[in-house]
Amino acid sequence: MPIMFQNDSQKQSGNDTEDVLRVEHLCVEFRSREIRQETKVAVKDLSFRVGRGEVFGFLGPNGAGKTTTMNVLLGFVNATSGEAYLFGQNVREPIARQRIGYLPELTYYYKFLNAEELLRFYAGIFRIPRNEVERRLDSVLKLVELEHARKRLIKTYSKGMQQRVGLAQALINNPDLLVLDEPTSGLDPVGRMKVRAIIQRLKNEGKTIFFSSHELGEVETICDRVVILHEGELKEEGSVKGLVDKYQCNLEQVFLKVIGFQPEQL
Amino acid sequence: MKNIRLLSRVVLKESIRRKDFYVLFVVTAVITLVMGSVNLFHDNQIVRYLKEICLLLIWISTVVIAITMAARQIPAERESRTIFPLLAKPITRTEVLLGKFFGCWIAVAAALAVFYIFFGLMAMTKEHHWPLTNYFQAIWLHWVMLGVVIAMSLLGSLLFSAVSANVTISFVVVAFILMLGRHLDKVALQVGEPARSLLEALFFVLPHLEFFDVRDLVIHDWPAIHWLVCVKATAYGFAYGAFFLVAACLCFRRRPLN
Repeated sequence: MPIMFQNDSQKQSGNDTEDVLRVEHLCVEFRSREIRQETKVAVKDLSFRVGRGEVFGFLGPNGAGKTTTMNVLLGFVNATSGEAYLFGQNVREPIARQRIGYLPELTYYYKFLNAEELLRFYAGIFRIPRNEVERRLDSVLKLVELEHARKRLIKTYSKGMQQRVGLAQALINNPDLLVLDEPTSGLDPVGRMKVRAIIQRLKNEGKTIFFSSHELGEVETICDRVVILHEGELKEEGSVKGLVDKYQCNLEQVFLKVIGFQPEQL
Repeated sequence: MKNIRLLSRVVLKESIRRKDFYVLFVVTAVITLVMGSVNLFHDNQIVRYLKEICLLLIWISTVVIAITMAARQIPAERESRTIFPLLAKPITRTEVLLGKFFGCWIAVAAALAVFYIFFGLMAMTKEHHWPLTNYFQAIWLHWVMLGVVIAMSLLGSLLFSAVSANVTISFVVVAFILMLGRHLDKVALQVGEPARSLLEALFFVLPHLEFFDVRDLVIHDWPAIHWLVCVKATAYGFAYGAFFLVAACLCFRRRPLN
């Protein structure tokens, strides 16, 4: 069942050449509060664009600056310099987040609410009309297979169910851009498969997905284009196929080569 | 405004689903009923001491509810990381803070209503009358005072890293103001400099929460206070509440969330 809602045609008839996401010379530095501690540069002069309908992989080892960049895009952290835009709006403006859905790395939702109450709350923030909310609730809960548990408190959910309720909240506003931060991390193989199937389905529906993951096999299957970050800097950017052809190996090996990992280091 | 309303509803739901209020209400009711069943001094007409104890327990319980609820709002959002999916939506940090404030204030109003209904029923069984104007003024001023306490605790939650530190400091400050606030200027006259200037400054800067304490009105059935005084006290409470909220919004606006 597609998760397209009313006004989808209106949204899609917009400017097709518009960048969904644009990052320009982004720098993020964290000043330490302790004396003699150096300023930590988390992101250095990062620039990239994500076009409409793309599934974009945002790769890098731990500490590469992926989450920091995502935090800037979502308005949690202010950039030291440079700018980032969502649908042409500066990310500092709350309105820039009207058309995005965000799934954090781990599940963080109000555990004293049930799935239906949580989704209603988020739907309210997006100003979704009341008659439309019911339809979207049914639709996203069906998509993430949580219809049977919609009245149960989230604190009683398994980890996989919590991740799926997270995906449901990310989809409640029928976003044009989905920001997924390691969506399958910490899930068992069945949970991963379910989340992956949902992402694949969203891709088939033409959603733009900005996707951070350490599961490079998954990235290779799903993503159209990737960037590889290392120590806050963009090291490589291109289509998955292009990078695989360029380095004559699979994406995992491309990744290791780009970040300069030598097997002898083990 | 809608975001503030939505968030305050979530805070209200959380307060209803937590056990804090119920425990405090049961403790207050049990202590009051036990005290009421003991016929101290063998005087059946003595009701005032019972009303005084019950109101004292209500004041302590509601201050406990207000401080603990407000103090944990933002730290709990940060600790459980629910703040991230929330702020990834088109909502500002100011709206989050105001939603938390109004949610706590409404939850406290509900708690106050339950406590005062119990108090009214208990008093009516002994006195067979119900001075509604006195009750209304007492509840209203009590609620305005709790609004100031909630705003202060919210600000504290952004200034102190640990919830326990904020709760303790808020309790000490509120207790200090309620018990000694009105005497600070007199104490200042009896000490030398620089303590005098410090105490005088404190006297003028601190919110005088004791202005809102009109328990005696209910306990002794004194005539209701003039409405203009009520309005002035309300304006005074709102001004301090607004000051603490603006300070909290400024603190929260650029605060890193991690």
